[in-house]
Amino acid sequence: MASPEIILAAAEAGHIVTAAAGTHVGTHGATHHEAPGLLDIIRNNLPALQVLVPLTLAPLITLLNNRNLSWLLAMVGTSVSLLIAVVLTTQVLDGSVISYALGNWAPPLGIELRVDAANALVLLIVAAIGTCAAIYARPSVDKELGMTEQPLFYTAFLLCFSGLLGVTITGDAFNLFVFLEISSLSTYALVAMGAKQDRRALNAAYNYLILGTVGATFYVIGLGLAYMMTGTLNMADLAQRLPDLMGSGTLWVAFGFITIGLATKLAMFPLHFWLPNAYTYAPSVVTGFLAATATKVAVYALIRFIFTVFGADFAVEAQLFGKVLLPLGLIGIIAGSLVAIWQVNAKRILAFSSVAQIGYMLVGLGLMSLTGLTATMLHMFNHALMKGALFFALGAVMWKLGGVTLDKMRGAGKLMPWTMAAFVGGGLSLVGVPTTVGFISKWYLLNAAFEREWYWLIAILLITSLMAAVYMWRVFEVAYLRPAPEGVQKGEAPLLLLIPTWALVLANFWFGLNATTTVNLAETAARGLLGLTGGAN
Amino acid sequence: MISMSFDLAIALSLIIPVVGTILIGMSGDRPNQRETVTLLTAISLFAVTLWLLPQVAAGARPEVSFFEVLPGMPLKFVIEPLGMLFATIASGLWIVNSIYAIGYMRNTGEVNHTRFFMCFPISIGAALGMAYAGNLFTLFIFYEVLTLSTYPLVAHRETEEAKKGARIYLGVLLTTSIGLLLPAIIATYMLTGTTDFTAGGILADHVSPTTATILLALFMFGIGKAALMPFHKWLPSAMVAPTPVSSVLHAVAVVKAGVFSVLKIGIYIFGIDYLADADLTFWLQAVSAFTLVTASIIALTKDNLKARLAYSTISQLAYVVFGLSLATAAGFMGGSLQIAMHAVGKITLFYFAGAIYVAHHKTEVSQLNGLGRKMPLSFIAYTIGALSIIGLPPFGGAWPKFVLMEGAVDAGQPLLIAVLIISSLLNIAYLLPITVRGFFLKPDGEDTPAPFSWDGVKEAPFMVLAPLCFTAFLCFVMFFAVDAVEGLIAPILN
Repeated sequence: MASPEIILAAAEAGHIVTAAAGTHVGTHGATHHEAPGLLDIIRNNLPALQVLVPLTLAPLITLLNNRNLSWLLAMVGTSVSLLIAVVLTTQVLDGSVISYALGNWAPPLGIELRVDAANALVLLIVAAIGTCAAIYARPSVDKELGMTEQPLFYTAFLLCFSGLLGVTITGDAFNLFVFLEISSLSTYALVAMGAKQDRRALNAAYNYLILGTVGATFYVIGLGLAYMMTGTLNMADLAQRLPDLMGSGTLWVAFGFITIGLATKLAMFPLHFWLPNAYTYAPSVVTGFLAATATKVAVYALIRFIFTVFGADFAVEAQLFGKVLLPLGLIGIIAGSLVAIWQVNAKRILAFSSVAQIGYMLVGLGLMSLTGLTATMLHMFNHALMKGALFFALGAVMWKLGGVTLDKMRGAGKLMPWTMAAFVGGGLSLVGVPTTVGFISKWYLLNAAFEREWYWLIAILLITSLMAAVYMWRVFEVAYLRPAPEGVQKGEAPLLLLIPTWALVLANFWFGLNATTTVNLAETAARGLLGLTGGAN
Repeated sequence: MISMSFDLAIALSLIIPVVGTILIGMSGDRPNQRETVTLLTAISLFAVTLWLLPQVAAGARPEVSFFEVLPGMPLKFVIEPLGMLFATIASGLWIVNSIYAIGYMRNTGEVNHTRFFMCFPISIGAALGMAYAGNLFTLFIFYEVLTLSTYPLVAHRETEEAKKGARIYLGVLLTTSIGLLLPAIIATYMLTGTTDFTAGGILADHVSPTTATILLALFMFGIGKAALMPFHKWLPSAMVAPTPVSSVLHAVAVVKAGVFSVLKIGIYIFGIDYLADADLTFWLQAVSAFTLVTASIIALTKDNLKARLAYSTISQLAYVVFGLSLATAAGFMGGSLQIAMHAVGKITLFYFAGAIYVAHHKTEVSQLNGLGRKMPLSFIAYTIGALSIIGLPPFGGAWPKFVLMEGAVDAGQPLLIAVLIISSLLNIAYLLPITVRGFFLKPDGEDTPAPFSWDGVKEAPFMVLAPLCFTAFLCFVMFFAVDAVEGLIAPILN
């Protein structure tokens, strides 16, 4: 057993503190003070366990090939990850950084896992939504997938889950590519599993595969160029060496390739074409999970490259903010919202809304300020909560009514009051009604726009909020003010669908009324990314 | 006996409606339970308000911050006289209205009673949240809760017409609040670093007159609930709702929440002195005077009684905005009085509209010929309410008109008195014909008015009639209670 070290690096001074290194593995060490106990070992290896637990459980599921056990293992994998993510988050709340050398090979040669406030936030999102999705999966998958497919589904799900966590936690740029591919490949499989419900899922998965692979390839080409120039793949190391190469044409090209590659993954307009169909035709639980996590992780990766690896100055020089992120983000917001208004399938409404919501995150970046970046980080978290709640609620509707076109959803409010109440809760959050997280995001974006005195941006943000009200209200009206079709019995979705859905809905209101925690975390993250000293306040 | 504290009283004002909503939701198909809970909720809420009222009148300013929603942005409540006045009116009339709603809903064959009764406590709770709000941020939160919780009530009948009306209702109120009010609040926060309601205002030293004018416009139009033209369409649209909704929400809680916010922002964010010194309100005088007269003229053309009353409300709300735009103490006092007096008068008129619908299924003014002989009590009560709205003594509505005229003189704008007089004349022209038709015209298809006989009387059921007569009586009481209201408000004008 390796005995790695945990190094706490204080962000401001960059000095490295070696904390409680578990050098010896005690057999029954709990009673002996000098030998580290099992708990210490676990505590010291949390960053690795974050990814390794779900990653090792994934193949186990296939080997066991048992429907009940697979669900149980998926539950274990996700909830343990959530626990770890919570512990890690509490450790970096003050702005400190955890650096973990995998296999005790010191970075930059070895692979480094690195946790700061920025990715702790994303880890928390992925782990929390993953846990909800795992609970949710059982009844939903029973309904939508064949029995024999189920162990494979849970395997792919856990792989995707650990891949996303890996992308988030790694401090190594090539390792990021590996995890990105793990998550992407399993995502293609997951989307394709919607084929039992609708054959168009195959087409959607194929399109996603093509675009996703192009994106990943672009990323790895860009990374290859950077490696060629610097001879390192460690992000922190890259960050130190790249400034010397400013002005090099190769570096511009590398930056371009990496940005476009990640932009495809995060569905930045106009590279979003894979998203609506993938979300629409994937199994319900997959849609909920992906919508809440996958794009956020890609946004995080982009932020990490812009601010940590290349540095904000380089990105400013490349006119990335003003000429790329801001305008494309705005077009994404407007176009996504407009198209969402005209959809007749509730899943597609939400999918195009996601394109718009990603636009908000990009605009937050484009504002080039601490408040703007805080808004982006905040909206990643908040949007995960709202879209998770909404897609899960739709999955429950799917479970009972067999479809989520507006026609099928007639009278759903009376047929399944709890499910639709959850949907309304999530929808209000998406619109940005006060007391919900959506409002908190809007508040910070608007504040950032005010700081810049970009009044036109304020107008666009407000108008598109109202457009969100329009497309959500179309669903509400159909569900509540149209009579249900003849012959459909009143009845709720199973509790295993309702509990995770409502957990997310309540989180929307909890963090909407008590946003201090998330705001502080987001601000600490933003400060860390911008290299400003100290935590929030 | 647990001793009551201010914190507890404020918390109860918000918790009681939520508990009421949940209990009503749990009563399902048991109407007696549902109605008992409704009444108990209304009564206990009013009891809490009445516990607070004398202490605030005596000068107490209860203050509580529950928690910080955002860093530096607490959910904060401060009870001051203006909010106390609004809270007393809203929670007091809600009891009367609960009785009326029970009578109305039982006798008109409306469906979905549980949803209907569930939305009321939340709406009133939101109104109280606005009344007690200690900063703009809290005010805005409850403003939106009020909009959303009244939407199901407007759409209640689920017909195409109801859906369309509800869409306009929500569309206008959300557009103005998100599009204008929210940026105004954020701008205020960015410019001054606070959104607390502070005596004397917070803007004076932080902004140029131009910025202040823009902000004032954003606030005044952003508070769509005040129905200032051109953002008034939602109010007539809301009339598709069953009458108990129109009466307590669209004559009292929602619209008064709007004009209350106008006054509150005027005095605690801008400050009367700043409004006057920087001469920020000349355009607001014009806009409110225009709304005041135009809405009255439109009301003349409406044959549907509730539509006529809706436009009358738009006009009467403009009196309050007009009061603020005078930027004098008397103007502000007139606006505050109008909030109280108009609430009592207009709820009477809506109760009348509901009564004729329940008893005889009449909705249009032209159908009322001779009906007064069948419903004498209702028509008398209506006439009292109408006279109060017009502004004739000895009814409460006389005072705000009088004090507003005083305010116009103080503001050095005696010409504006003409506007008030014209409007009163218009009020007579669209309100009193109903009395005349009821008592003096012959019913359609008959040659002479039927001679009055007690056998021919067919009034609305007791639960509908009693609230109508009670609020008419209240119009009379308010004429003499004006000192109490003035005494409550006066301290904030010093």
